[in-house]
Amino acid sequence: MSVEASPLPALLPDPSEEVQRGSSHGALRFVARRVLAGVLTLIAVSLVTFAALQLLPGNVASIVLGRAATPHAVALLDHRLHLDTPFFERFVHWMGGAVHGDFGDSTLALAQGLPNPKISSLISQPLTNTLILAGLTIALLIPLSILLGVLSAKYADRLPDHVISVLTLIFTSLPEFVVGSILILIFFSAMNLLPPVTLVPTGSSPFDHPDALIMPVATLLLTSLAWTTRLVRVGMLEVLRSDFIRAERLNGLPERRVVWRDAVRNGLAPSIQVFALSIQYLVGGVIVTETVFSYPGLGTQLVSAVLGRDVTEVQAITVIVAAAYIAINIFADLLVVYLVPKLRTAL
Amino acid sequence: MSSRLRFLRSPGGAIGAVILTFVLLVAFVGPFVAPYSPTAAVGEPLAGPSAHDLLGTDEIGRDVLSRVLHGGYSVVLLALAATVIAYASGLIVGLVAGYVRNWVDPVLMRGVDVLLAFPPLLFLLVLITATGTSVAALVIGVALVQAPGIARLVRTVTLEASVRGYVEAAVTRGEGTPAILRREILPNIAPALIADASLRYTFSVLLIAAANFLTIGLQPPTSDWGLMVSQNQQYIAINPWSVAAPIAMIALLTIGVNLIGDAIGRSLGRSTAGWAR
Repeated sequence: MSVEASPLPALLPDPSEEVQRGSSHGALRFVARRVLAGVLTLIAVSLVTFAALQLLPGNVASIVLGRAATPHAVALLDHRLHLDTPFFERFVHWMGGAVHGDFGDSTLALAQGLPNPKISSLISQPLTNTLILAGLTIALLIPLSILLGVLSAKYADRLPDHVISVLTLIFTSLPEFVVGSILILIFFSAMNLLPPVTLVPTGSSPFDHPDALIMPVATLLLTSLAWTTRLVRVGMLEVLRSDFIRAERLNGLPERRVVWRDAVRNGLAPSIQVFALSIQYLVGGVIVTETVFSYPGLGTQLVSAVLGRDVTEVQAITVIVAAAYIAINIFADLLVVYLVPKLRTAL
Repeated sequence: MSSRLRFLRSPGGAIGAVILTFVLLVAFVGPFVAPYSPTAAVGEPLAGPSAHDLLGTDEIGRDVLSRVLHGGYSVVLLALAATVIAYASGLIVGLVAGYVRNWVDPVLMRGVDVLLAFPPLLFLLVLITATGTSVAALVIGVALVQAPGIARLVRTVTLEASVRGYVEAAVTRGEGTPAILRREILPNIAPALIADASLRYTFSVLLIAAANFLTIGLQPPTSDWGLMVSQNQQYIAINPWSVAAPIAMIALLTIGVNLIGDAIGRSLGRSTAGWAR
């Protein structure tokens, strides 16, 4: 930090001591502990998912095959899905494969006798497409919400702030499918500018059809931007009222430097967890948004697996998504500790 | 104005109340004034607005206006049921974990942690895959998504309340744990819970509307705003009203409950910075 004007409270340990303690050992232990907790959570989440999907009512094979299935066909499918082995053995076997990227076979694809029922190959293209959609959204979300949040705090209780706060309140309230449909009504029905569905033939990338990406990204942005903007504003307001910013202004430093350099640097650390939360929130948003635009991603794949009651595929996608969800959380925690030295003393 | 309705004094709360009143009127009076049955074909498929069908018809010739008028009470009531069930279970777990200081607390809270590690919609999707689509699965699923967060909040405020003088006095008087929880702790944590409950209800509405849109909740031919959007979306170019009307109603509903939830939170002196979504 360039500005050290705010005096450290006497309760905090001496900064020089903090550097030593915070350096290698404590920090490493903290990272290790956090990652270990994340791995344990992921195992617990996988176990709950596995139990919910495979212990609950009915026989998976007979549900998927339908009532007309012969006992022989059911037994055969049971065997292919390892449903004839004990629950915990099945779980350990599945986890062992999942660690190596092998999530077993899709129940539905097996039942229909498709040539390649491997879940890993069924979801690799949708996974890439979803990462493109989410990546683009995040890359725009962070700078835009900082810009709007800082403007809102800078003009607190004046016109720009009111406009931003009303708009963000409205968009925070709306579900993704409502925002997506409004965009379709405007840009397809009324203006005929953009396609209402994202057609990406297998083998080609969504980047080959950039106009089809605009509305899905805009939907995710509008619904999550609102939330992050509101919270960046809160953090910035606090910093802008602080003594060191007042001192800088009284010293006649240019307003642009005061706000955009010093205040932003100090006001954003608390926002990191907000961004992590909203990126986590994107997980749900992506599932719905992809469905609105028939975007060929993991979300649409998951919804059709749920509707087809493809137990093994739902399980694989759930665990992959939960892993990303947990990883984002850990990453944000570590980033905050890295950026806010004060927190390192607690390690 | 009674202190309970203080939230109406803020502009946001008042606007929210007006919007919500309108939506509730449409949802609950609508079925009685709808011109046609929501499930009967009454005209040409996908006709535009006319004197006969004010908002046109859908892909099998059902009157869009009648379906909109019939399509609101489901999401309003199902979200209410889900929130009540979530609160009942979250309250019990949270009170016990917060007040009984033994091995029960960490066991319950680790369970809560695991459930909170699921993205909400994902958890609902897993449950629906396991049970198949039904109204009960939808309501209980949404309740199960919400209950862990409620349990955690209730535990925190219970912990705070349980070290207060009035609780120690009750313990000294020899009152039993259930009586203390009901008479001493519950009334004192209630304000925090009311503010939270209104945000939970908002979230239940969003989740149920999304589930119906994804067709993993209510099933055709039920008339429900979320379901109508997904059913009519592919015909948006022919009769845009079949999508625009239910979209507008859902938007008003979620904006209305959100404004009121926000205002209630503010009137009870709670920051909305940690907005539950």
